[in-house]
Amino acid sequence: MHVRKKKWTRDDTELTLLAAPTSLWYLIFCYLPMFGVVLPFLSFKIVPGAGFFGSILRSEFVGLKNFAYLFRGGQIWILLRNTIGYNIVFIILGIVVPVTLAIIISMLRNQRGAKAYQTMMFFPHFLSWVVVSYFVYAFLNAQNGIVVSMQKAAGVATSNFYREPNFWIFAFPLLNLWKGVGNGMVVYLAAITGIDGSLYEAAVIDGATKPQQVRYITLPSLKPMMIMMFILSVGRIFYSDFGLFYQVTQGIPRSIYNVSATIDTFVYQSLRSSMPYGMIAAPTFIQSVACCVTILLANALIRRIDPDNALI
Amino acid sequence: MDKQYQNEKTVNRLNQIKHPTNLLFNSILLFFALACFLPFIVVLLVSITEEASISRYGYQLIPQAFSGQAYLFLWKERAQILNALLMSLITTSIGTVLGVLLTSVLGYVMSRPGYRLKGFLTWMVFIPMIFNGGMVASYVINVQLLQFRNGLHALILPLMVGSFNVVICKTFFRTTIPDSIVESAKIDGAGQLRIYFNIVLPISKPVLATMALFLSFGYWNDWFLSLLYITDNKLYTLQYLLQQIVLNVECLAKNPGIGSSLQGYIDSMPRESVRMAIAVIIVLPIALAYPFFQKYFISGLTIGAVKG
Repeated sequence: MHVRKKKWTRDDTELTLLAAPTSLWYLIFCYLPMFGVVLPFLSFKIVPGAGFFGSILRSEFVGLKNFAYLFRGGQIWILLRNTIGYNIVFIILGIVVPVTLAIIISMLRNQRGAKAYQTMMFFPHFLSWVVVSYFVYAFLNAQNGIVVSMQKAAGVATSNFYREPNFWIFAFPLLNLWKGVGNGMVVYLAAITGIDGSLYEAAVIDGATKPQQVRYITLPSLKPMMIMMFILSVGRIFYSDFGLFYQVTQGIPRSIYNVSATIDTFVYQSLRSSMPYGMIAAPTFIQSVACCVTILLANALIRRIDPDNALI
Repeated sequence: MDKQYQNEKTVNRLNQIKHPTNLLFNSILLFFALACFLPFIVVLLVSITEEASISRYGYQLIPQAFSGQAYLFLWKERAQILNALLMSLITTSIGTVLGVLLTSVLGYVMSRPGYRLKGFLTWMVFIPMIFNGGMVASYVINVQLLQFRNGLHALILPLMVGSFNVVICKTFFRTTIPDSIVESAKIDGAGQLRIYFNIVLPISKPVLATMALFLSFGYWNDWFLSLLYITDNKLYTLQYLLQQIVLNVECLAKNPGIGSSLQGYIDSMPRESVRMAIAVIIVLPIALAYPFFQKYFISGLTIGAVKG
């Protein structure tokens, strides 16, 4: 078919003007920082009066020196292990538990109860990690925490959870699940509500049991949503929730550093120190590039297995 | 029609789970629901426990002696808390209004079928979803170029727009605004600005409400921006105040009554219950309000799930 190239109309001008303020926002807050990908290859210093770009132009190119420093110390491996390791656990729990709960809640006989459960489970989603850190403090602090009081009352040795690495390995996934389970469940429940009821009727008439209905109707219908959530969270696999790892542990005490330092907490703590910007930018560069690559890889993988559900 | 409905009901009734299974499922869900909500009740109870009881027995699930002294103390120190509340309200309201405007207007432009730069804008919104320049570059630009240090705009600007919200708006406008309305308004001589404000916005309340909710929660709960850019305690928001006193609750004590020294006042403050009381003050409004607007949250999540 012959496609006529349209002329630029007054309508186009008006729409462009309407979009201009938001586009400006994108330029400043998303696209300008993208020039930051060069920072880890420079010995970047702020030159007074020269601004961001002036300073970039006047910085010396140092090649991979900043990365070499980061890898030589060996610290980066701890950061990467924690960031990726916890994220893998979060992704698995964050799909399995909410999907299970959504299926269970959709089958309840008492829908009024279902509403109440859902509302209660949604609650932590609306809290910030700072507030959550107070909740955690109420249970765990070494002098008065609920758990410690119980230990005292029971006459067993009390523990200082904030200095206990083995405790946090399990606490992080649990807290993350606790905060996100309601939100995840609601997303999947909405998808379940959208399933055509006649599918289940047909299944009943064919004599399908409840587990069979779940296996052959509910789960396949949830697949697109699960895949979308999977791609989205895999794309964040090099990022971590700063609030969870830094705030809830009350600033990462030294004794639990090995199990709770992630790339983001490292970057924050380095920004607070006198470490040169180029060195701090090295791990964020790895984050940006790796995140972009993983999201495209995950998408390509899905496209190969199940083309209909690929995101891009 | 009626008969079909009857059949459906019978099938649905036959297809329900058995009572023992129902009981099992209920107890699983009840467990999760309580796990999610009870911590708040615990914090509430601790906040009204008498300080002497706390220092003797620690925090307890069922306190021995109740007292409102923590709240009395906070009332005496209300100047700082009210100031933080004011800052939270200012950033949340300005940020939400501007954010909803910026987000929805871009969503609208992108939803127009014949628009020439549609492809360009789609990429502009999409790329930041998979790639960003990293926190260091943002930090340096924000501090150097935009003068974020101790400025209120530091807490407002960065959170205003998000690609996800733009896509939600675009999908909504694409599916709910009939092209014929826009076309006929154009024939009547209305410009796009006028169409957007007078026609599109009034019929798009659901998506605007959802956006407003997403944004206001983002602003209300944010403390990371304060952590990066704010040092002046006049600009502390509630969340940041809470973050600052988690280890150092004594810094709340500033107004000793007549006839007592500051040190004596600090020593006599009900430290542990105050800590929990201030958390309660911040959570309580959310706990009371969210059941009423969670449905807008859910509708936003489901609109966002539509691929577009």
